[in-house]
Amino acid sequence: METKNFFHSVTLDREKCHGCINCVKRCPTEAIRVRGGKAIIITERCIDCGECIRICPHHAKQAIFDPISIMDEYEYKIALPAPSLYGQFNNLDDVDLILGALKLMGFDDVFEVAKAAELVSDATRKYMLRPDIPRPVISSACPAVLRLIRVRFPELLENVLPLHPPIEVAARLAKRKAAQKTGLPYEKIGAIFISPCPAKVTAVKMPLGTEKSWVDGVLAIRDVYPRLISLMRHVPASQELSEAGRLGVGWGGSGGEAAAVLKERYLAADGIENVIRVLEDLEDEKFYDLDFVELNACSGGCVGGVLNVENPYVARAKLERVRKYRPVSCNRLPDEDIMPYAWESPVEYEPVLELDADLKVAMEKMKQMREIEGRLYGMDCGSCGAPSCKAMAEDIVRGFSTEESCIFKLREEIQTMADGLSRISSVLPKASQENK
Amino acid sequence: MANDTIKLELEVPGDDFTRAGEASSTVKGMLKKLGFSPNVVRKVAIAMYEGEINMVIHGGGGQITVEISPESGVSMSLVDHGPGIPNIELAMQEGWSTAPDSVRNLGFGAGMGLPNMKKYSDEMEILSEVGVGTTVNMKVHLA
Repeated sequence: METKNFFHSVTLDREKCHGCINCVKRCPTEAIRVRGGKAIIITERCIDCGECIRICPHHAKQAIFDPISIMDEYEYKIALPAPSLYGQFNNLDDVDLILGALKLMGFDDVFEVAKAAELVSDATRKYMLRPDIPRPVISSACPAVLRLIRVRFPELLENVLPLHPPIEVAARLAKRKAAQKTGLPYEKIGAIFISPCPAKVTAVKMPLGTEKSWVDGVLAIRDVYPRLISLMRHVPASQELSEAGRLGVGWGGSGGEAAAVLKERYLAADGIENVIRVLEDLEDEKFYDLDFVELNACSGGCVGGVLNVENPYVARAKLERVRKYRPVSCNRLPDEDIMPYAWESPVEYEPVLELDADLKVAMEKMKQMREIEGRLYGMDCGSCGAPSCKAMAEDIVRGFSTEESCIFKLREEIQTMADGLSRISSVLPKASQENK
Repeated sequence: MANDTIKLELEVPGDDFTRAGEASSTVKGMLKKLGFSPNVVRKVAIAMYEGEINMVIHGGGGQITVEISPESGVSMSLVDHGPGIPNIELAMQEGWSTAPDSVRNLGFGAGMGLPNMKKYSDEMEILSEVGVGTTVNMKVHLA
């Protein structure tokens, strides 16, 4: 299979990989195969959802993110904490403790992604006032979902909210503010995201909707967490740092973004399987009367991201506790103009799942695929390294596998050979037959 | 050119709402894989899903035959042996429904089935005989 030059934050540690098929079976875009005893990722299909990282019993699937030392590369550094970070701590009801601890960690300033989220919510509300947009509007904030739609649900791309996600907005606003304050050029200012998930790393390195992301580095919540824990007790009292309200912080859990749109007719689905079901149904127009659809690849929303520390549902409860003490919302757009939040470049369909660019060739391949599938056993055992017999049949017509890779086909052949041998061995040569 | 086509025979069970939509979903997946334009895929998926639901609600299930051709597009033939449609013209009106309350309670039976099938297919014919059954033939052209 051809591999384009795609960046992915999900990678494989070959040493740790046992070549089992847990990740192969789990992958929602059938992007993983086992070859030569090791898992490989078909890069153009991968949407960085992190399911393989979650399922791998040997911790061979990993997410790439930046080391904490990336901070040293910038003269002025700003922490951009994800709302889900607020759900990681015990007995916490004051966000300022986290933000203060980030400053003690060496950040010159903090710009909450939750603050940017409130601005994006306001921009979304304004966007939804337009009478001519396709409905329902589908959220674009989860990078894994956006990438899933791009490869599997092209017809729904026009429903996708064409606005930057809060992290991108946060980086832009934070860097502009810092440049004004310090007089430093942008390249000396580092906007560093504290992330719950690997898909966000990909969204920074290979952004959609813009040419280049303004985020300069991505740290994992689980790396930053232990430092914050020890620094929190040293945070001076009476620091008022947080500028985000309940609506912005709510983005950390599933349903938060949709609720902040302030429309009653919304749906929020989380967990990649559920997201796919909703997208399938949206494509078939099975829903009527919906204004907004929020989709998150992780169960529970961003609190379910694989780079978090806390169990997603516990984190969700903790997030609620933090939210309780915040005002409803603290941020609104200065005017009616939502253009600063709009994508600069459209997100287009990537037909990576097609059998062939030529329809007639694709038809021929589909016929072969169906024939091959008919010859296979339909056990979907995964021993050949593909997630199902159907996927194997497809791999064969794509020239990526052979029928002999099926252990049941192999056994069938051995049986035939064995029968042949036994038949031959029971036939005595003429020379040794007795004459009667 | 019949050699170029792919023919599918799909069963629609008559009594299981949870499985309604499986056939159209299978066809949708295939068309996507074949690289049909997103618009064609969508039209087929919606028209066929509506038809499939009708077969479950009114027809007691049946068979769907789908022919996919790289030249002429997608033809679908939905056959059931249900009660038949006494007045096709009336049935084609938006909002006209004979679905029982039990079905309406599930969110179906809004009277949009046949009108939507007409809207999303490029050709449609209904052959129905009361007491014998209904056949709906639909075609979605390429581009």
